[in-house]
Amino acid sequence: MYRYDEFDERFVRDRVAQFSDQVARRLDGSLTEDEFKPLRLKNGVYLQLHAYMLRIAVPYGTLSSKQMRQLALIGERFDRGYGHFTTRQNLQFNWPKLRDVPEILGLLADVEMHCIQTSGNCIRNVTADHFAGVAQDEIEDPRPVCELIRQWSTAHPEFSYLPRKFKIAATGAQHDRAVTKAHDIGLRIVRHPDSGEIGYEISVGGGLGRTPMIGKVVRDFLPKPDLLAYLEAIMRVYNQEGRRDNKYKARVKILVHEIGTEEFRSRVEAEFATLDGPSVNADPEELARIEAYFAPPAYETLPRESAALAAARASNPAFDRWAGTNLTPHRADGYSAVTISLKPIGLAPGDATSEQMRVIADLAERYSFDELRVTHAQNIVLPHVRQDDLHAIWEALVPAGLATANSGLITDIIACPGLDYCALATARSIPIAQAIQQRFEDAERQTEIGELNIKISGCINACGHHHVGHIGILGLEKRGIESYQITLGGDATENAAVGEILGPGLPAEEVPGAIEAIVGVYEAERNDGERFIETVKRVGLSPFKAAFKELSHAAD
Amino acid sequence: MLLIDREGSATEAWTRADGAAIGNLSHALVGWDALPEALDQKSSDQKIGVLVPNSLPSEALKPFFDQLALVAIGFPAFADGRGFSLAKVLRREGFRGTLRASGPLIPDQFDYAIACGFDEIELPEASASRQSALQWQQARGRLSRTYQRGYTRDGNILDRRRLARAAANSPAG
Ligand code: HEM
Ligand code: SF4
Repeated sequence: MYRYDEFDERFVRDRVAQFSDQVARRLDGSLTEDEFKPLRLKNGVYLQLHAYMLRIAVPYGTLSSKQMRQLALIGERFDRGYGHFTTRQNLQFNWPKLRDVPEILGLLADVEMHCIQTSGNCIRNVTADHFAGVAQDEIEDPRPVCELIRQWSTAHPEFSYLPRKFKIAATGAQHDRAVTKAHDIGLRIVRHPDSGEIGYEISVGGGLGRTPMIGKVVRDFLPKPDLLAYLEAIMRVYNQEGRRDNKYKARVKILVHEIGTEEFRSRVEAEFATLDGPSVNADPEELARIEAYFAPPAYETLPRESAALAAARASNPAFDRWAGTNLTPHRADGYSAVTISLKPIGLAPGDATSEQMRVIADLAERYSFDELRVTHAQNIVLPHVRQDDLHAIWEALVPAGLATANSGLITDIIACPGLDYCALATARSIPIAQAIQQRFEDAERQTEIGELNIKISGCINACGHHHVGHIGILGLEKRGIESYQITLGGDATENAAVGEILGPGLPAEEVPGAIEAIVGVYEAERNDGERFIETVKRVGLSPFKAAFKELSHAAD
Repeated sequence: MLLIDREGSATEAWTRADGAAIGNLSHALVGWDALPEALDQKSSDQKIGVLVPNSLPSEALKPFFDQLALVAIGFPAFADGRGFSLAKVLRREGFRGTLRASGPLIPDQFDYAIACGFDEIELPEASASRQSALQWQQARGRLSRTYQRGYTRDGNILDRRRLARAAANSPAG
């Protein structure tokens, strides 16, 4: 894991002092509310329905046990004993007091954490594949380049007052687990087809929100040392040309869409050509310095398969089911990555109590080289676990309510906070997730259905990624009543696609039944071993639409 | 109005001309539309400055660089960051005169403005009445070191780390 050097340490301390001073200038009237707002947002402080909300950055989703314990402590001391992990791998506290924020920032700085640029019209927290450094299909760990981008984008003198927020995601693997195509910039580590050299493929203009778009590749291959100059060129074109007349048209995706990918690319390349690379880029030694922190931990030499794991699975069906769903193959023999589900049936997706955070931290310390990951699906990962230890881990997770065996299944639902917390919401989303979970609670049934991603947003802003859910649910408000629009066929992977609307919106009570009907069509249509999304892509929307139509007639 | 530069509050030397009517003003500040006409009338000891919108392409201004002592870039709102990029590009293209940010900026943007190539900030009265020159001075260097290379700011962190590496690699003694 990355560790701060004296400069990083000094920077976060300076930022805490700066924020305290900004609060003081707001209180004495030097700054107006309008002037203060972007300053507090750039430090993760939102004003929500019931209270302030504080969003803490978990850069590229990587946490140490010590950091997780500090989050637990903050949750206990300044919140109501829990926090919410988000689709951008961050952590949100829903109930802090504004006057406590500087103290919280100090506690975060003590463990090399911060809230910098978790909101506001600037470059946000950089996200990454949660199996970075672990996955078998990876060319290179994307976290060093994420850390380089984190530093470069922090308090950027030119790009801190952009037309709109700007999100960057990176992956080093073939299979895209970071939804890079739905980001303003998606960065993929690739190998040059001829030279074998490692570099970056850069996509621009993806995004969700009210106008979902899939990112377009603007550079097939960018040599590694040129990265910061190329990013500077993209940002400069966007900062100067992005629309500022309408906040709903201000994201870079709209600029790319309006002028066309070719024109956007040629403007970026023209700008890039005028830049003096050496005066902008980080030295290769600097990237190497960061890379050294992400060297693989000291794995033991183990047999590929663990006999202890096989024996435990054979003798304990509940453990067997969990091991069947929540483990991911690891590149080191005898190791697995464990997904700890924050989606127990009937609780808020992505919430964890301080007590649970401590259990997770202890397990990471004891069994996973002190390391944790936050996933964009709002779960936690123990990235490097000996298969021999899996049963002991599971036994510790069960009493903490953390052993739900549903990773990737129909009850592993992504949901934004919605009307329960969010000032922008038009409908509830957490209760919808809970109702669907209850409908599909039966474990056998979930296993039979297999991989299926449901994603729910409480308004058009799409924080719950509904556009790229296999089944997406969008909560709207029609004449004072919540109405849920259902989309089908969205895909968050390298085959990124935006789902299509199935039919008219439904009242909340009818959503679980509609999901049931969709699943019914899949079960009737699927070929052997075919996943839900594959069936949808093969048979198209019509059988689903037909079933959906029947359902809305029945409801009339 | 308050004019602020690196040293604190500064005295305004420039007078806004009415259209292109620069008369015998020693430092005449004209709008972008009036610039060609003003330059035609310019006498050898007069200095001309121009106030440009932040959406102006740098190429439009480039032919006039040698004849301009000051370019003031308008900030319609502090949250509109286009002026930072325009300043950076004007400097790169070779403008060596004074660069002024003109509009309701906030002290927290002072370092950014200077890093992008500005020399001074012209604040409207409504901002100046709330934010003293002292507050602007205090906001300088609040983030003691920043990461980006290639901006007008001493000792960025990338350069510092490079120096530290060089020192560590050079033979001791
Ligand atoms: C509770 C307070 C929140 C507020 C006020 C808020 C606000 C917004 C807004 C206004 C947008 C639309 C931006 C646009 O279209 O340009 C957005 C998008 C988004 N938010 Fe949130 N959000 C909140 C919470 C969350 C949470 C909890 C998550 C994660 C679970 C999240 C993740 C995202 C993501 C992934 C997007 C889509 C990004 C895109 O358009 O490319 N937000 N948010
Ligand atoms: S999608 Fe809408 S309701 Fe949900 S968190 Fe985002 S802004 Fe709030």
